[in-house]
Amino acid sequence: MSEEKTHVVSIKTHLLVLFTLIILTVITVLITSIELGPYNTAAALVIATAKALVVLLYFMHLRFDEPIYRIMFGLVIAIFVAVIIVTFFDYLYR
Amino acid sequence: MAEQTIHHQEPNYLEYQGKYKGLAGWLTTTDHKRIGLLYFYSMMTFFLSGVVMGLLMKYELIAPGEQIMGAQTYNGLFTLHGLTMIFLFVIPGVAAVYGNFFLPILIGAKDVAFPRLNLASWYLYIIGAIVVLISQFMGDGPPDTGWTFYAPYSLKTNTNVVAAVTGAFILGFSSILTGLNFIVTMHRMRAPGMGWMRMPLFCWTLYGTGWIQLLATPIIGITFLMVMAERLLGIGFFDPTIGGDPILYQHLFWIYSHPAVYIMILPAMGVITEIIPTFARKTIFGYTAIIISSMAIAFVGYFVWGHHMFTSGMSSTSRWVFSLLTFLVAIPSAIKVFNWTATMYKGSINIQPPFLWAIAFIFVFMIGGFSGLVVGSLATDIHVHDTAFVVAHFHYIVFGGTGFAFFGALHYWYPKMFAKMYNIRVANIGLLIFFIGFNLLYFPMFYLGLMGMPRRYYDYIPMFEPANLLSTIGSWIMAIGLTVILVNLSRARKMTGKAVDDPWDGKTLEWQIQSPPTVENFEEIPTVTTGPYDYK
Repeated sequence: MSEEKTHVVSIKTHLLVLFTLIILTVITVLITSIELGPYNTAAALVIATAKALVVLLYFMHLRFDEPIYRIMFGLVIAIFVAVIIVTFFDYLYR
Repeated sequence: MAEQTIHHQEPNYLEYQGKYKGLAGWLTTTDHKRIGLLYFYSMMTFFLSGVVMGLLMKYELIAPGEQIMGAQTYNGLFTLHGLTMIFLFVIPGVAAVYGNFFLPILIGAKDVAFPRLNLASWYLYIIGAIVVLISQFMGDGPPDTGWTFYAPYSLKTNTNVVAAVTGAFILGFSSILTGLNFIVTMHRMRAPGMGWMRMPLFCWTLYGTGWIQLLATPIIGITFLMVMAERLLGIGFFDPTIGGDPILYQHLFWIYSHPAVYIMILPAMGVITEIIPTFARKTIFGYTAIIISSMAIAFVGYFVWGHHMFTSGMSSTSRWVFSLLTFLVAIPSAIKVFNWTATMYKGSINIQPPFLWAIAFIFVFMIGGFSGLVVGSLATDIHVHDTAFVVAHFHYIVFGGTGFAFFGALHYWYPKMFAKMYNIRVANIGLLIFFIGFNLLYFPMFYLGLMGMPRRYYDYIPMFEPANLLSTIGSWIMAIGLTVILVNLSRARKMTGKAVDDPWDGKTLEWQIQSPPTVENFEEIPTVTTGPYDYK
């Protein structure tokens, strides 16, 4: 419907994203050697979320697209979170 | 609806010869209409084989004791019947056939956004179907778990569960890609002037369905992978003997499989919403309300899966929460029924086969819906859970809903798809026989369930015999009706003479182009100036 607009991400940004992802992967591995109890899983999930976010924003261009795509993606995440909450509601009260 | 009616001399999609001819031409096509028909023919094949399985099961239940098969064969047969009908017919169903064929035309586009991906989706569908069928004949015999693959039995049975869930996993990808294709098509390819609030309502239901396909299907894919991992590696996700939780399986399975009911029913509702204004000669009542209700069904339908698990051992709090949410989803469903009936009110009704199918749909869907309230209520569900009542309920919804809309759509769009008109009288007689048979087949199951007859048993105690006999006779009558309908439609293909381009005097874009449509549907993309149901 609208004119196509292509945003070109510079090689410098791509390399920076790649470096960030490598660093986060190294942290994921290193953090397993620290005894955090149940927080080990939480830490792994936080790092994984950060990595996914970087990929989504830069590699998948969410940052440069029209706001509607960010809204759509946000709604999807909201539904996913709601599904998780409703599922674990059962475990909480069982 | 559009400014111009378009006629042109290009070959129609049935006659068009591309790079390849004959069967190769069909198998390599990227034309959305041909892909719609590829789905149609493959789906009808699976549907008819599912019907034969159903007839065999009903014959087994004609009287107490073993008639034509033993327990294990019966278990395998109802599993395959469920897999075939659910994964190969009703889930892709209306969307894959009529969505593919008509969505681009209805929004004034030449094709879907990703034509090659569309063909790939069909291939995935066929590969998935083949893997499901192979699972019946290799290894240690056909799966006997039912189509739900409930843990821990699906982890313990020696039958061929891994191949069956692999097939369903592949079918899921087909569904995801089709949903994605439709969403992008509607976002990017609407004709000039075709704003969101001018889209035909069938498209809106495909939009809601597309999102469910996109968001819910990966969950079942992951769940099936977990079943495979559990069976092959013994990880302990669901098996309580090694620390797993079987109720978690039920959560994950129904997080997809309940929204899947809306994947089936939303496009079916969309078809009915197209048919009724055309034959009532009236603008649809409450266009915006229907859009909101479609989206509300898609959204709320996400959060009601727990009503399949009331007797599973889930927490009491979750049970009443899910029961409440289930009752909420009845509201947008009812809004649609009120809109359909209000559209007919004071309309100039033209009684034709598609309209009669729509009326029949509303009738059986209402029975399915009201019986849904019985199984959605905590107290009554305890009584009827896993009985024939549930079988009756979901056949009224799934077959009565999606199946009736599927055949209603076929009668509505047949003259457009093939440029042939079937015999109206025979079509009406076929529907009448089918309708009587359908109700005779499934209604006694409500009674049987209330009296306590369990589902999924090949045998029963003598007190259930009269209602079972009636139900089996109903299955034969329905099969006769189905035969009349299909013979009438296939005979129409061979008739000489061409149906007129707009036999029903419809207003949406598909009726403004020639029958059968040309390869690119429109020589020039039309400019849309009014709403879709402009009968003023």
